[in-house]
Parts: sequence; structure tokens; C-alpha cells
Amino acid sequence: MELFIQQIVAGVATGAIYACVALAVVMIYQAIHHLNFAQGEMAMFSTYIAWQMLQWGLPYWVVFPLVILVSFVGGFAIERIVFKPIENAPVLSHIVIFIALFAIFNSFAGFIWDFTIKAVPSPFGDGPLWEGAMIGKHQAGMIGVTLIVLLLLWGFFTFTRVGLAMRAAAVNPESARLVGIRVSMMTALGWGMASAIGAVAGMLIAPVVFLEPNMMLSILLYGFAGAVLGGLTSPLGAVIGGFIVGVVENLAGTYIPVIGGELKLPIALFLIVAVLLVKPAGLLGRRVVQRV
Amino acid sequence: MFNRRSLMMAAASAFVLTAAGPAAAQDAIKIGNTMPYSGPASAYGQIGRTIEAYFNKLNAEGGVAGRQIEFITYDDAYSPPKAVEQTRRLIEQDEVDVLFQNLGTPSNTAIQKYVNAKKVPHLFLATGAAKWNMPDKFPMTTGWQPSYQTEGAIYAKWIQENVENPKIAILWQNDDFGKDYLIGMKEALGEAADSLIVAEAPYEVAQPTVDSEVLSLKASGANVFFIVATPKFAAQAIKKSHEIGWEAERFLSNVSVSVGAVLKPAGFEASKGVISAAYLKEATDPQWADDPAMAEWRAFMDEYYPDGDQASSFTVFGYGVAKTMEHVLEQAGEGADAQAILEAATSMDHVENPMLLPGITMTTGPTDFAPIEAMQLQRFNGETWELFGEIIHAESS
Repeated sequence: MELFIQQIVAGVATGAIYACVALAVVMIYQAIHHLNFAQGEMAMFSTYIAWQMLQWGLPYWVVFPLVILVSFVGGFAIERIVFKPIENAPVLSHIVIFIALFAIFNSFAGFIWDFTIKAVPSPFGDGPLWEGAMIGKHQAGMIGVTLIVLLLLWGFFTFTRVGLAMRAAAVNPESARLVGIRVSMMTALGWGMASAIGAVAGMLIAPVVFLEPNMMLSILLYGFAGAVLGGLTSPLGAVIGGFIVGVVENLAGTYIPVIGGELKLPIALFLIVAVLLVKPAGLLGRRVVQRV
Repeated sequence: MFNRRSLMMAAASAFVLTAAGPAAAQDAIKIGNTMPYSGPASAYGQIGRTIEAYFNKLNAEGGVAGRQIEFITYDDAYSPPKAVEQTRRLIEQDEVDVLFQNLGTPSNTAIQKYVNAKKVPHLFLATGAAKWNMPDKFPMTTGWQPSYQTEGAIYAKWIQENVENPKIAILWQNDDFGKDYLIGMKEALGEAADSLIVAEAPYEVAQPTVDSEVLSLKASGANVFFIVATPKFAAQAIKKSHEIGWEAERFLSNVSVSVGAVLKPAGFEASKGVISAAYLKEATDPQWADDPAMAEWRAFMDEYYPDGDQASSFTVFGYGVAKTMEHVLEQAGEGADAQAILEAATSMDHVENPMLLPGITMTTGPTDFAPIEAMQLQRFNGETWELFGEIIHAESS
């Protein structure tokens, strides 16, 4: 029984990692209606920037907002420089560029900071939350930050002009343009925000899994699974999806002997396929109907 | 950093050919090698650089057994297909006499059959897999460092003798590397293996964390935790087992003993008390400060490889293995051909090496191609590794 509860708590803790990434996935999906394969590597790169600043001796709470800002500007710039010129190119061209960005960020991180693992400090401290607690301070903090980001996103999309404009631009670019929304600027903004959320995710994940260029490789896969499970259009769904993936993965790995260690990773892929077959919009997502 | 790296890559992309002046080229002995000088595993390239520097030193001092050494080393970027291509080039075009210290289990697996079919000696590989010790199937191939199986057996021996009522939990990487440790440990435990090993948890390198596995292993009630993991996962396992207050005797596979790359990220407090095994002298260990062999190594580094890292185990390793090759060439004698060199390499009898811990020697024979099969345990005291106990032998034959 103790093991069962421990595995659930550990699952929720890793689920928080996936939830963070899933939020960034939803963000970019809202903006461009694609999944960005380079999302994880961008987050990893942001985390390296944070690590470098911390090495230079800047205090954590200066670094944190600074890196978010830098990542926002970086994401914005990538859209402007790389994607604006191919705005009307077919989807495949975009995918090729996603993959190119993936390789570029991955190799550059290795080139600049080499491939050995780095420890990123946690702003919440080490050790259990209280004496004998099953959850660590950092894990609890991570869950808290994920929920705060979720709340901010929800508020942004529901109550702000820019948020509404962004949704309009994503759902119906043609009409949005007619009512005076600068659609391409909204896309760039979406890139900036996704990259900023990715930076938060990276900085929270690194203390757990350690920072190295391939840190986000499999995490992004779980993040995708979480986002698809919860619904690609719903930030709340993505967070719930992330937690579910974390818990299911742990319980299946522990209690279903066939799955053991070998089949843990495919669980994420299995979830994606199952959701797409049974409920394509995800748990909380809206069905997107497109008139043709 | 930038400069050194780009320089290194530039040097690696062109190939590096050293020493042998044209006059000596006639009877120079050609030694071929592939190493990752670029890519994720490029840190290992230091081994190749050290060997190269050592052969330069030998050449400057008149060569070995009256011959100069021509060391040809190519970059394989730790990629098996590239290793195959470069090895073909070494054998077909450069016509090397022997291959030496090719690095990496995947790369050597990829070339092993070809090299044996070509009958080119494939000596002292830089990998710990057990499959380099199969004289029947691969009579050209030998290992050097203690194999993972040997290491697993050494821990098993120590645990049986020193831990009261041991209950062993094993976290292992699900590939050849992890399986070798399991085999070594189970063989050494013998019939008791089934009752002593209470839990095993494999993990995949694609997993983000091993937290869940560590929790399950702890729940088995084990008092010995054996961590067979590469650096990232080893650091996670050390940190997690400390965090959840699991007071087991923790053993760590030798591939992850780096203080800077594993124990420091995991946290010195969390790493305290971890046990591993060693066979080489540690460059930073104060007990070797006055050791004449290490002083000789430092003098060599200063003169022939001044850019080399004197705190790294790779440069110590490279020097030790190059010294072994020197010994073999001397034994093979003047005008030795490939066959004579192979024979010398596979008939070493308690050969000493200045880089090995006192009491460890190298022995090979017709049925035993594994030179080093003894290690000494060491415990991490929160700052450095401290050797303790006797040398533990696990000779396979």
C-alpha cells in the first residue's frame, strides 16, 4: 500500500514535468495549429542560459524572469526570421524547419556547454516538503508553478484583448484579419509565449532530471501525450493530461509485470493513439470543425 | 573553451599522423585506432591524444625494439558506421599492422567480425564489455580494463563477505552494459543469487527519470542498492535514494564514478558513502602525490601533452594503456610481425603497470584475453574517493 501511494505521488511529481511541457505545447498549438518538434530543445536551451547566468553569480529570482524574457524574445525572433518568410508554404516545409531547429539547438548546446550533466539548483530547496513527506519541496513547488502558469494562461486567453485576438487569429485567420487583427503578429506572439513557458518548464525540470542537451527528448514525447490526452485546445486539459500520464506510467510500470521497464515509454505513445481513436478532441478539448 | 573545442574538431576532421620521419618510415610499425574526437562522447578523445603523445615520446627516444611507431588515429564520432568506414580505411589503405584501443562497445562490436576475418590484431579495446574475452570465436580481439562482468563479480564477493544478511536490489540500464553487470554478479553469487537478489529494475535510456524504479526497489526491503547506470541516471538514483532516506549500502558502477560529472550534480551530501571499484590510480588522490610513477606521468604530460587535463582519469588511462602496448612491442622483439605482437599481447604474465593500483597486474593466456581482472573498492567520503580493503580478484580462468 505504501508503495502504491508513493508511486502515485511520484507519478504526480513527474506528471508536473509533463504538464509544464504540455502547456507549452498547447500554447504553440493555439498559435500555429502545429506541434513544434523543437519545443523541447528550445526549452533546454533556455535552461542552459539560466544555468550560465547562475554560474555567473546572478541570484535565482533575477535569472528566472530574465530567462523568461530572453526566451520570449528568442521565440518571437525565430518566428519572424524563420517562419514569416514561409508563411504560406505547405505544412511539410514547416516540419522540416522544426526538425532543423531541433538539431541546431541540440548541437549548439552540446558545442557551447558540452555533454556532461549539470546540476541546476531548485528555487524551492532540496529534501522532502516536511519531515517524512513523500513529496519533495521542489516537486511541490513545481506543481504550484504549473498551476500558476495555467491560471495566468486561462486569464490571458479569456479576459485580455490580445488573448482573444490570438485565439481568433488561430481559429479563423481570414475573419480575424477582416476585423483588424494583425494575424501574423499574433503568431509571432504565440511563439514567444510558448518559448517563455518552455523556459519555465525547463528550469523546473532540470533540478530533477539534470541538465544536458538531450534532457527534453523523451519529456517532450510525454508532454505531447499529456496535451493530446487533455485536449490540444485546452490548457487545463493539458495539465490534467500531463498528471494522468505521469501516474499511469508509474503504476503500469510497477504493477503490470509485462510492462516493467521496457514498455514504459510506449505507454505515452499508446495513450496518444488511444485518445486519437476514441476521443480525438481529448478530455477537455473543443472539437474543431472547419468549413471547407 | 570555444577555441579548444573548435581546434580539437579541426584537428580531428583532418586526420592526425605523427612522428615517424621519412627515413624511419620503412620499418615503422603501424598502429591504427579510432576514437570519438567529435560529437557527444568527444571527452574520450583525450585518451587518443595521450596515447599519441606517449608514442611521440617513445619515437623521440629512439622507438621500441629498434622501430619507430606510426600511430594513425581517426575520428569516428562514437558512431558505429563511421568506425566501420575508418577501420576499413586503416586496414585496406593504411595497411596498419595492428589496431589498438579502439573505443566504445558499439563501435568495436561493429568491426569485430571484419577485423577478425582480416586477421588484424585488435588489441586492448577501450570498453568494458565482456565479449572481448572470447579467444575461440575472436582470436584477434582482446580487452584491457576490467570487464563489467568482472566488476559485478567483485562487488558480489565483497557483499557476501561483508554485509550481514544481504538483500540486494539492482537498478540496471537495459542494454548489454547493464546485463554484463547482472551476469557478473549472479555468477559470482552462484546458487545464492536467487535468494540474495530481492529486486531488479531495468530502465531505458529514453526515460526522463528513474525515480519510480528507485521507489519500487526500496519497497523490496533491500539493504544493498546496486546502481548500474550511466552518469545521468546514476546521479538521479543517488539523489533519489538519499532523498527518500533509503539506508542501503549503495554500490555504483565504475563508469559513473566521476566526481565532477556525477557525484557533484547528485550532491556531495547525497553521494556520501557510495562504494565503487577502481583499478587505476586517481590523478587527484593525495596519496599518490609523491608516487614516482605519477611524477613520471606528470613530467610526461608537461612535456608531450601540455594541453592535457592532469585531473582527468582519461589521461591516466591513456598513459597506462600506451605503456602496456610498449611492453607488448618490446616482448614481440625486433622485426615482429602482427602474429608475434598478438602472441606477446596474449601471453602476459603478471606484468606490472605504473598506473595500476599496487597489487594489480596484467595476465593473459591462450584462453584468457582479459588483462586486468582485479580491483580495489573505494568509498566516497563527501569530497573524494577513498580506497579501502584488499585488492579483490575475480580471475575468470
